[in-house]
Amino acid sequence: MAGLEIPTWDPETALLIGVILFEAFVLYAGYGGLERLVGPYLMDLVVGGDADAR
Amino acid sequence: MLGSLLGALGGLGVLDTSPEMLALFVGFGLVVGVLFGFFGMGGSFLVTPALLMLDYEASVAVGSGMAFVFGTAVIATLKHHDLGQVDYKLGVIMITGTTIGIEVGRASVYYLESIGLAGALISVSYVVLLGGVGAMVTRDALNGEGGGIDHEAADKPLSEYDIPETAKTIQRTVRIPPMVRLRGDVRVSVWVITAVAFATGLLSGFLGVGGGFIRMPAMIYAIGVPVPVAVGTDLFEIVFSGGIGSYLYGQGGGVDLGIVVPLLFGSALGARVGSAATAVVDADGIKVYFGGMLLVGAVAVGVGEVGSVVGSPALETAGLVLVIGAAVVVAAAILYTSVVSLRTTREREAVTAD
Repeated sequence: MAGLEIPTWDPETALLIGVILFEAFVLYAGYGGLERLVGPYLMDLVVGGDADAR
Repeated sequence: MLGSLLGALGGLGVLDTSPEMLALFVGFGLVVGVLFGFFGMGGSFLVTPALLMLDYEASVAVGSGMAFVFGTAVIATLKHHDLGQVDYKLGVIMITGTTIGIEVGRASVYYLESIGLAGALISVSYVVLLGGVGAMVTRDALNGEGGGIDHEAADKPLSEYDIPETAKTIQRTVRIPPMVRLRGDVRVSVWVITAVAFATGLLSGFLGVGGGFIRMPAMIYAIGVPVPVAVGTDLFEIVFSGGIGSYLYGQGGGVDLGIVVPLLFGSALGARVGSAATAVVDADGIKVYFGGMLLVGAVAVGVGEVGSVVGSPALETAGLVLVIGAAVVVAAAILYTSVVSLRTTREREAVTAD
């Protein structure tokens, strides 16, 4: 593998990179949705809700 | 569907990793993600050295580190795209220089591996790099000049940015055609952009890092790009450099999905937490710890390498514990400060309401 190379088409490597790309999109959308769903509840839990603060 | 996906992941090596290592990678990814989300850099500084200390081959450590950077950059670019902070023209121009730089760096790794010097030389490079950047960030933080992304400056409108003097000088003196106009009304030679891209690509290909800590200042001070556009475009650029680099390393068996998938799983969550923390924590107070963490990282890589040379597993373990420990301490400091700051704000609001 030493020496300069021009990238050649390799379906297995493309699948490898595709899996990472797919995971990135899923995590972006998934964690974004989770943040909206449970974010406020988690914030209250960690920081303490208004009632706790008083 | 799920069965075929699991089958594909199994075929690519994800399911070969032990549950303990998966948990370690998810946890380490979480910590690295918090640091990346908060400071805007440092996402990959610690991954490749940690993998080297875990006795992975140099090409696997660098290749998997680069694939991790690629995934992280995809997620961060999606966010910056939503904020309108990506200059796609600049990013596309940089791709050629970056690609050649990466290929030269990658070829160097495989050549050094063939003569048995890759691990040692990459470790030494990391000691110099982590030490140098760590000393710079610590010095700037102690002088009150910050380091990493200036979160307040990054919120200004693009029209309010002044072009640094060095960038103005380069724009006046290097006028080799073709010239291009970029966002923020910057006019610069394509060759300046290509030179910056090649240098950072070389670093990426050799060390498996995104190169943002060099590319971002280079975009700001050599090309004259406004800070938020430099951040967004840098990430867009890393998507390509990381993608191409991962592909090249992947062809040589250098990308291990058993490392990359759990690291990314943890870091994507950590980056959200770190990014949210920037809204409630004064970054200047913590940057000194970030600088200290990089310095500890430099020492840790050095200790690990000495352990490897003299054949002392204890020293290698000490190096690994130092690298992970330093990152955990700084990430914990960010989280703790965020929670304390949020609680203080809530209490103040409650008192005002009463």
